[in-house]
Amino acid sequence: MFSLKTLRTGVLISLWFVFLTFPLMVIKVDPLERIIQWRWKNALLVGIGTFLIYLVVQYLNYRKEHQPPAKVEDTKDQVSFIHKFIADPIQRKLLFGGLLVIAAIFPFVVSTYQTNIMITALMYVVLGLGLNIVVGMAGLLDLGFVAFYAVGAYSYALLNHHFGLGFWEVLPIGGGLAAIAGILLGFPVLRLRGDYLAIVTLGFGEIIRLVLENWSEFSKGPSGISNISRPGFLGMELSLEGSILYMYYIMIAFMIFTIFVVNRLQDSRLGRAWIALREDEIACQAMGIDKQKTKLAAFSLGAFWAGLMGVIFAAKTTFINPASFTFLESAIILSIVVLGGMGSIVGVIIGALVLILLPEYLRALSEYRMLAFGAILVAMMIFRPQGMIATVRRTYRFQKK
Amino acid sequence: MDYFIELFCSGLSRGAIYALIALGYTMVYGIIGLINFAHGEIYMIGAFTSFIVATVLSILGFPLLAIVALSGVAAAVWASAYGYTIEKIAYKPLRHAPRLSPLISAIGMSIFLQNYVLLAQTSDFLPFPELIPDFEFMEPIAHIVGSSDIVIFITTAVVMAVLTYVIKFTRIGKAMRATAQDRTMAMLVGINVNNIISATFIIGSALAAIGGLLIASHIGQINFYIGFLAGIKAFTAAVLGGIGSIPGAVLGSFILGLTESFATGYVSSDYEDVFAFSLLVLILLFKPSGLLGKAETQKV
Amino acid sequence: MKKKLFLAAAAMCLAISVPVAGSAADTIKFGVAGAHSGDLASYGLPTVNAAKIVIEKVNANGGINGKMVELLVEDDVCKPEVATNTATKLVSEGVNVVLGHICSGATKAALPIYKNAGVLVMSPSATNPDLTQSGEYPNFARTIAPDDAQAKVDVEFALNTLGYTKIAVVHDKGDYGKGFAEFAKKFLEDSGKAEVVLFEGVTPGAVDYSAIVQKIKQSGAEAVMFGGYHPEASKIIGMMRKKRLKVDFISDDGVKDNTFIKVAGKDSEGAYASGPKDTTKNPLSIQAVEEHKKMFGTDPGAFFENAYSATLAMLNAIDKADSTDLDALKKALQTEKVDTPIGNIYFDEKGDAIGVGFSVYQVKNGEFVEL
Repeated sequence: MFSLKTLRTGVLISLWFVFLTFPLMVIKVDPLERIIQWRWKNALLVGIGTFLIYLVVQYLNYRKEHQPPAKVEDTKDQVSFIHKFIADPIQRKLLFGGLLVIAAIFPFVVSTYQTNIMITALMYVVLGLGLNIVVGMAGLLDLGFVAFYAVGAYSYALLNHHFGLGFWEVLPIGGGLAAIAGILLGFPVLRLRGDYLAIVTLGFGEIIRLVLENWSEFSKGPSGISNISRPGFLGMELSLEGSILYMYYIMIAFMIFTIFVVNRLQDSRLGRAWIALREDEIACQAMGIDKQKTKLAAFSLGAFWAGLMGVIFAAKTTFINPASFTFLESAIILSIVVLGGMGSIVGVIIGALVLILLPEYLRALSEYRMLAFGAILVAMMIFRPQGMIATVRRTYRFQKK
Repeated sequence: MDYFIELFCSGLSRGAIYALIALGYTMVYGIIGLINFAHGEIYMIGAFTSFIVATVLSILGFPLLAIVALSGVAAAVWASAYGYTIEKIAYKPLRHAPRLSPLISAIGMSIFLQNYVLLAQTSDFLPFPELIPDFEFMEPIAHIVGSSDIVIFITTAVVMAVLTYVIKFTRIGKAMRATAQDRTMAMLVGINVNNIISATFIIGSALAAIGGLLIASHIGQINFYIGFLAGIKAFTAAVLGGIGSIPGAVLGSFILGLTESFATGYVSSDYEDVFAFSLLVLILLFKPSGLLGKAETQKV
Repeated sequence: MKKKLFLAAAAMCLAISVPVAGSAADTIKFGVAGAHSGDLASYGLPTVNAAKIVIEKVNANGGINGKMVELLVEDDVCKPEVATNTATKLVSEGVNVVLGHICSGATKAALPIYKNAGVLVMSPSATNPDLTQSGEYPNFARTIAPDDAQAKVDVEFALNTLGYTKIAVVHDKGDYGKGFAEFAKKFLEDSGKAEVVLFEGVTPGAVDYSAIVQKIKQSGAEAVMFGGYHPEASKIIGMMRKKRLKVDFISDDGVKDNTFIKVAGKDSEGAYASGPKDTTKNPLSIQAVEEHKKMFGTDPGAFFENAYSATLAMLNAIDKADSTDLDALKKALQTEKVDTPIGNIYFDEKGDAIGVGFSVYQVKNGEFVEL
């Protein structure tokens, strides 16, 4: 299975990695005590580790190449399994029903901790779906999505703190303010394209965070706002477990609502205009679509979901400060969209669940947690560059009689 | 007036620092259209390598000049090796993937490298040996421009000159420009595109490593997280000047450095980054592809 | 392939969601939470080391009242939203006491969860005054003085001992640094003896600080009062000396760390920093540092002694109270004095440690010397 040549290449690659990691892995210096530590064992470990990984990758490639050629029936079969599965109405109903039941009983079979991280994951599902409107459907790369999230969170925190407004009252306000912020951002960047748009949105995200950090009179600065009320249930104060449970069901309802709306949007006139815009701006304009309005609609609708989630975020953690709204957060939400499969709703849901639950379950690896997270991100992209669930394009196939 | 000159000099040295990192961003972008988020980490690894080599050499009792030369070479070699390897692992398989996939791969790589250095070395801040001594003749103006500022200026200028020569007149430079213009066409005229892309990563990483060495020596400390902010700022500078354009990256870096310096001096350092990003938005409003970027006319 | 991946993921979820059985009440579960990765890891990791050292020693001596102490370490990256997950995780694992969190923000977010579960939390480093003074967190205690106490000591020193009238206040925009700086500014202005000529924040991690140094020079300040941690402090002081600006540098406990002297080198000479009363002569402190060197081969990092002391104080309280009930523990903390590297301490009813007095240090010949 492994020819001598592959083994030799493997050894060479291992030696390359030993060389590559030599200064950082082997040498450790203390400049003041003037001690040099030579950790030769690490070099050996790197060498062996690289060799093993190389063998595994080779083996997988070998398997892929020597598999009996897959039944190349029709390109239709390229559609991912899950999309095929839900294409059938009965199966779809069964699947959704099943998932709903699982979701409903979930908090009663697992610990509060599991419910709590599931709430976080569901929040990211909705955030991902929101960003998916901007990036996946309209094709506008947004690296500052977290700004709208911050707008929502701070609207609730401040309105609650100063005026004692409740969760349900602020929810639409937070969403609305974020949507307005989306339009404000949208106007100047209408002319920009691709990566220029990306950096401006990144800058916008940073500006919002920096203002929150520095304008202490307004936002209490870096020390943040504490004691934000949790949502009350019909005027009742809930215990911590109770409110986590309540929050969980709110999030489930929200997710279903979002999926419903986004799904309908995708098939709407606006949704099709977004997709047209993504594919070819000029052709899209030629077809009589108002480019500006369409882009602004994408920005503001995406931002609206982020604003709603911001309100929920503030209510969930009961404490917010600007440290929660850094660029890395935007990057993670973007990763959810791309990793799940741009434009695909199912993909984004799975992407969010994987990316948010993964670091939590990787806690067992303790200090290697983020290392593994980074590596998995790279690996997933290499092995499935189109995302886990690729979106289904509307296609019409001419059928010969 | 003195104050103005002082701020101007601070701005220039900041700009020169950004330029060394921004060049790598812009070269990589120009050739494969990828925002290489891991570039800041390459800069960090360059700084760490030179830190380790310089400390080892100084413990072994080498003279200062030898330490500077050897640690500089080591930083450049290893940073290039990392740049080369990262391209092969994380970007090359994604060359025909959807546009955003390599971006996510780059973000993943950046997280990975940060934590790799954190685990392999330490989370603490480490004192970086002073590789640039205080020059005697600089003493009268030391309160305005320090020796390390001067060294950074000169290095940036030299690097710029060499880079311009390489890109304009050498075989590899011409091949790079051809690849940047049209990869398929370059392939057709017999350019080994893969090698050219590797070369771009190697050159860009070496520049970042030199930047890492100089900046670390200027600021006197390093840790595993220094690449993040420097990377974002350098990226901003590259876009400001028009990403893909080498003189643009340098111009953008200086403008960014000066803006930050004057914003701090005359307004407030609380909002220095707000000014930097607002300037970016403003410039892009009027010149949507940066100061020296080519305005893309789309053919239909 | 996909199916397998899915199965593996499902299996993983199942494996983790099954509650950890068996390890019932025969151990004392000691949680440690803080930033163990990301940009603030260098403030969180020394606390983990401190807990490891103390607990290993206690367990080697047969535990506490016959019970072994079990360490549960969780990362919160210093982010409030992660801290709530960390806290729920620790609580659902049945933690008895928690050492942490490191950042004030994360601590504030996590405390209500611990409060609900009746878990005592002791932070080695969260200095936000509200944590103890607001009375909203009865389950909280700390082995570090709040920001306002520190700022007071520094301001009095600058005004009365050094006699400065023009002071520039600079901070790092973080919750600790800015909190300290705001109190310092308030005390300076209230005193009427000095003028705050500059109040600004610097961006942590920026590549160059020369502009702010030029601004300090321009402001005509006689001294710089800095709120923040040592990496920024050493960069600023280094840049000040590079630009030949010879004004005094006064700072807080985040700077009173040996790493500051190591990193800033000769530039740090003459700088002032407030910190807990001198502990270097305290045999317990010397011992703690030695133990760290033996176990990890390096010098301990930030907040190590505070964390070491907090671990000792909590374990002592559990020992004396012979229970992990919150009220009993609080009573023990308030009545039982305990010898720690930061001195002989006990706690007031708000949760602040008594006996951690503050004094001002100056760097002389590469060492912090108490003034």
